[in-house]
Amino acid sequence: MASIVPLADAVSELVHDGDTVAMEGFTHLIPFAAGHEIIRQGRRNLTLVRMTPDVIYDQLIGAGCARRLVFSWGGNPGVGSLHRFRDAVQNGWPVPLEIEEHSHAGMANRYVAGAAGLPFAVLRGYVGTDLARHTPTVKPITCPFTGETLTAVAALRPDVAIIHAQRADRAGNVQMWGITGVQKEAVLAASRSLVTVEEVVDELEPRPDQVILPSWVVTRVAHVPGGAHPSYAHGYSERDNDFYVRWDAISRDREEFARWLATLQPTRS
Amino acid sequence: MVGDFTADEIMTVAAARALRDGQTCFVGIGLPSTAANLARATHAPNLVLIYESGTIGAKPDRLPLSIGDGILARTADAVVSVPEVFNYWLQPGRVDVGFLGAAQVDRYGNINTTVVGDDYRRPKVRLPGAGGAPEIAASARRGIIMVRHSRRTLVERVDFVTSVGFGRGPGDRQRLGLSGAGPQMLITDLGILEPDPDTCELTLTHLHPNATLDQVREATGWPLKVAPNLAETPPPTAAELATLRKLERTR
Repeated sequence: MASIVPLADAVSELVHDGDTVAMEGFTHLIPFAAGHEIIRQGRRNLTLVRMTPDVIYDQLIGAGCARRLVFSWGGNPGVGSLHRFRDAVQNGWPVPLEIEEHSHAGMANRYVAGAAGLPFAVLRGYVGTDLARHTPTVKPITCPFTGETLTAVAALRPDVAIIHAQRADRAGNVQMWGITGVQKEAVLAASRSLVTVEEVVDELEPRPDQVILPSWVVTRVAHVPGGAHPSYAHGYSERDNDFYVRWDAISRDREEFARWLATLQPTRS
Repeated sequence: MVGDFTADEIMTVAAARALRDGQTCFVGIGLPSTAANLARATHAPNLVLIYESGTIGAKPDRLPLSIGDGILARTADAVVSVPEVFNYWLQPGRVDVGFLGAAQVDRYGNINTTVVGDDYRRPKVRLPGAGGAPEIAASARRGIIMVRHSRRTLVERVDFVTSVGFGRGPGDRQRLGLSGAGPQMLITDLGILEPDPDTCELTLTHLHPNATLDQVREATGWPLKVAPNLAETPPPTAAELATLRKLERTR
C-alpha cells in the first residue's frame, strides 16, 4: 500500500547515493519537483535512466547528482541542445558522466522486460547502426523457431522509479491519462516507486483513456500540485514553453546555471 | 526572402507534396512535423499522423511544440503507450512514410544524430542521440529526410551511423534484414535528392526555384551526381504559402 507522505520525506526514504533512478514522463507529466528535491538533498553518484533526458536531467547532471546516464534522446524538445549534459560529456563538468545509449524502441522494450520479470526483450532494431557497437546491453539473438537474427536488449531494473500523475485516492491508487509514455512499465520494473500527483481525491472518477497503478505496486505518493512544471499535466496545466526557451540561456553558461541552482527553494507540502 | 518565398518555405512545401492523402506517416518534430501538418491542411486531409509519444491519428490545428504536445493527445484517434507505438505500429510495417531530420546525412542516406567527430567517447560535439529514428529508418515502408543543405550536414560519410539508409550501397538493407525501402527522398532548402536505382547514391533530381546547380554542388560534401532529367520544383502555390504561414504563426 502506498502511503501519502511529504515529497522531501519520500525522496530521502527512497533515493540513496549510488542508486539507479528512472524518472519518466514523455514530454508530459515530467516529475520536475521530485528531481529538484533530489538536487536539494544532494544525492550523488546516481545512475539516471530516462528515454528523453531533457531539461530535468540537464538540471540533475549540472548539479552533480549523476555518475552515469542511460538514455535514448537527450535534447531540449523544440529548442535545441542540453548544455549541462554536453558539458558533462565533452568536458567532465561538474563530474564526468558515463553514458549508455539506446534508441527509443530499445529503451521502451528494456522497461517492458523489467516490468515482465524477464532478463531481456526482443525487437527488430539497431541492426547496422553504430549504437550496437558501443552499447553492451544490445546483442544479436537467434529466433529458436525461425532461425532469424533479431536484437536482444537487457531488461532495465531501476532501484527507484519516479513519475508524476494527475490523481491519487487516499489509499494511494494512482490515475493518469493523456500521453502516458512508459511510466507504467518504469514503475513495474523498479524495486521502489514514488508518484507525485496534482490532486489527492476521495474517489478516482473513471476516465476512458486512464492508466491505473494500484496502490500495492506504488511505494510512496506525494501530493505536489504543479510538480510537472515546466512540463504539463493534461487537464491541469499547460506546458510553460517560455521556460524551455529560457533554459537554453540559463544552461549554456556555468555561472548562469549556478545562479539558477541557488534559486531552488525548499518544498512545502 | 528569395522571390516571394523563403528557402525554408519551398523546402517545407516540397516535403508536404511528397506525402499522399490517406498515407500513415511517422513524424519527427521540427521541419518534418511542419511539412506533415501542411500536407494535412492542404492536399492530404486524411493523412494519418503518428508521433512517437503514442498519439496515432493526431489532428492538430496548430503546430505542436513537441512530439508530446497535449493537442496531439486531445485530437488523436488513439493514444497508446510508447512501447506499443514502436512494437505494434512501427515494427510490423504499418507505417507508410517515416519522416526524419538529421545533423549529418551521407551520400547513401545514412543519418547521424549522435556525435560529431571520430571518437564516440570523446566527441567534438555531442548531439541529442537516436530517439525513435533508427527503427523508423529501418521499418517505415519509405523514408523521407529533411535537412538544410550545407557541407556540414551533407557529408561523404557520417561520423556515426545512428540510423541506416543504404549502408555502404546496393544490397546492404536486404543483408541487414531491414524491412522498409530506405530513404526515397532527401529534401533540402535547395532541391530534392533521390537514390539512384542502381547505385543507391543520393542524386539531385529537382532543383528548387531560386537555387542554382553550382550552389547545390558547393553545399554538398561529396561529388554530387545530377539526374539526366533534372527538373525544377514547381514554386509554392498561393494556397500552399498562405496555409504554411498561417500554421507557422500558431507556434
